[in-house]
Amino acid sequence: MSASIATHVNGAPVYFDHSGEHHPPGSTMLGFWLYLMSDCLIFAVLFGTYAVLGRNYAAGPSGADLFDLPLVAVNTGLLLFSSITYGFAMIAMQARKKSQLLAWLAVTGLFGLGFLGIELFEFHHLIHEGSGPGRSAFLSSFFTLVGTHGLHVTFGTIWLVTLMVQVHKLGLTPANRRRLMCLSMFWHFLDVVWIGVFTFVYLMGVL
Amino acid sequence: MAGPSHAHHDSHGHDDHLDGEADFHISFKGYAIGFILSVILTAMPFWLVMGKVLPSPKLTGLVILGFAAVQMVVHMIYFLHMNAKVEQGWSMLALMFTAALVVIMLSGSVWVMYHMNANMMPTPDPAAMRNMP
Repeated sequence: MSASIATHVNGAPVYFDHSGEHHPPGSTMLGFWLYLMSDCLIFAVLFGTYAVLGRNYAAGPSGADLFDLPLVAVNTGLLLFSSITYGFAMIAMQARKKSQLLAWLAVTGLFGLGFLGIELFEFHHLIHEGSGPGRSAFLSSFFTLVGTHGLHVTFGTIWLVTLMVQVHKLGLTPANRRRLMCLSMFWHFLDVVWIGVFTFVYLMGVL
Repeated sequence: MAGPSHAHHDSHGHDDHLDGEADFHISFKGYAIGFILSVILTAMPFWLVMGKVLPSPKLTGLVILGFAAVQMVVHMIYFLHMNAKVEQGWSMLALMFTAALVVIMLSGSVWVMYHMNANMMPTPDPAAMRNMP
């Protein structure tokens, strides 16, 4: 009761509950969805920037010179697989199978780490051969857009590990299930953004 | 934990049923359909671009943008469980509003900047531009 403030009205205690356990029905999911929509606007701005600057090579390399499509295909596959394994985790959560849920979350996390590893390798390779974000407007907007997506995946992976610990320690409590559903939306949302990235940046970049 | 007038009678009643869970039932079938569709919708554009299947790059670009749009809808429906009933339709409303903003912002930016570029001083041909210092 430490987070509650108690006052007395006519002798009866009145509590203002700040423990966060008793939301009005359904507010968390809608609130998180609104956050995702605002995140969507961030990505839309970055896509717009790339659409405007993406062909300004400053006499430097173009997408056709730089992008390694088989690697991008592998990356896309990893993210797609991580989406379906997160789906399996949600199915396990719905069936209240804790160990199965943790196993699928671990697989999802590994796919996420694989994605990040390949992306870091690609970034390192680009910067190493002199095509860093400072080379041209095209590369600045490219690194900003793809890097922002990568940062989201990074934080999603951290969140996923945190939730694995929480579920392991506390079990499938309503609060943990709510968190898992929020991360589910976040993770699938990142996959939707990646559809835009691999189509608009990579595939159209080499056309 | 609570005092006598603490009004949380229902907090244990729906212990097994989270608020958001009422809106949809997660099924293996839904995820499987979504996954198969998105594998096809991902493989097609990669094949079109890497195999240079279509005659013109412009046509390929339009076709793969179409594939991306369809795949986004597939992910929304099968992975994000989006429909007009979630949160009494407020989620869909927020999505529509965001989509409208995104379309206005993207098409507006591209349109304006294209005309800015078109109205710039005449330059030598692009091939020569690439070799400028």
